Amino acid sequence: MISLTSEVRTPYHRWWAGPKLLGLCLFTVATFYLDTPLSTGAVLAVLALGYLICGLRFARQGLRLLRPLIWVCMIIMGYHIAIRDIADGAVVCLRLAAAVAAANLVTLTTRLEDMLDVLERLFTRLHVSPRIRRRIALAIALVIRFIPELTRKGGTLIEAWRARSTKKFSWKLLLPFALLALDDAEQVAEALKARGGVE
Amino acid sequence: MERNLTQIALFAALIAALGLIPKFNLPLGVPITGQSLGIMLAGTVLGAKRGALAVILFLGLVALGLPLLAGGRGGLGVFSGVTAGFLFGWVVAAYVTGLLAEAWAGKGNWISPAIAAAIGGILVLYPIGIVGMYLKLDASLMGLTKSMYAFIPGDLIKCVLAGLITNGLRKARPGMVAG
Repeated sequence: MISLTSEVRTPYHRWWAGPKLLGLCLFTVATFYLDTPLSTGAVLAVLALGYLICGLRFARQGLRLLRPLIWVCMIIMGYHIAIRDIADGAVVCLRLAAAVAAANLVTLTTRLEDMLDVLERLFTRLHVSPRIRRRIALAIALVIRFIPELTRKGGTLIEAWRARSTKKFSWKLLLPFALLALDDAEQVAEALKARGGVE
Repeated sequence: MERNLTQIALFAALIAALGLIPKFNLPLGVPITGQSLGIMLAGTVLGAKRGALAVILFLGLVALGLPLLAGGRGGLGVFSGVTAGFLFGWVVAAYVTGLLAEAWAGKGNWISPAIAAAIGGILVLYPIGIVGMYLKLDASLMGLTKSMYAFIPGDLIKCVLAGLITNGLRKARPGMVAG
C-alpha cells in the first residue's frame, strides 16, 4: 500500500509526529483569524519557503497535492469578482491554500508507522482499553491488506465482463463486487475464529 | 465478534476500492465514481453502528496519509479543504442510512433501502457538507445550497443502485444484511 509520505528526506521527517500534529491543529485554527490579503499572503509565503528549503522536487510534490484547489479557487474568485469584493475572495483562497498546504506538509513528512504510534499513544492517554486498541489495530491491518486484494478482484470482474461484452462495463458489476467484500469478511472471520478468535 | 470486525474492515476496504476502480456507466450512460455509493452501502448492508464505524475507519486511514479518496487524494489536507464537511458528514450519513435500513429491513424490497440511502446520503449529508463549505468560503448559504442541485440527479441514481444491490445481497446471502 503506497502512502503519501514523500520519499525525499527532509528535516521535518525527523520531527516528532505528535508535536507536528498538534502544531498543525493550532495553525489551522489560527488561519481562521487571518483577514487581510497581505497577512494571509505572508503566511502562505512562509509555508512556500518551508517547502522550498527541502528542495525543488519536494516543493513540486507539495504543489501537485494542491492542484485540486485550483478549480475551487477559480470559482471562489469568480464569485467574489461578481460581487466586487476581490480582497475578500483573495483572503478566502489564500487561507484555504495555507491550511491545506500546512496539512499536506505534515502528511508528506510523517511516516505511516509514526502516525500509527501517535494514534496508539493517544488511545493510551484516553484510557481506551487494550482490548479495544488491539481490535482497532487488527481492523486497520485488515483494511490495508484487503484494499489491493479487493481492487484486484474488481479488476478481474471487469476483465471477465470485457471478454463477453462489447459494451462498457455497467453498474451491474457492483452487486458481485459488494458480494466479494461480504464473502471475504466471512472467510476472514472464520479464519480468525479458527486461530483463537478476537477477544 | 470476529464477523463484526471483519465486515467493518472489509467495507472500509470496499469504499476505498470503489474509489480506485475505473468509473462505472450508469443505465443512462453517465459515468460516476462509486465512493459515495460505498458510504450508502455501508449503512444499508452493515446497519447504523457498524456502517458508521466502517466509514470512520476509512476516513482514519485517509487522515493517516493513504491516498484512498477518489482521484488518489488523501492526507490531512483533505480535512482542511472545502469538501471536508462532506467527509465528516459521511459518518452521519452512513449512521442515519443504517438506522432507517434496519428499521425497514422487514419489508424485503429494494425501495426501502433506497429511501434510507436518499435520506442519509442526501437529506442529512448535504446540509453538513454545505455548512462545511460555508465555514471555509464566506459565501452565502443559499448560493452554496443552489450549487449542490447539480449533484442531486447522480446521487438519486446511486440511492436506487444502493437499494438494488442491498436487495441482491439479501437474496444471495440471507441473514448477513442488516438493512
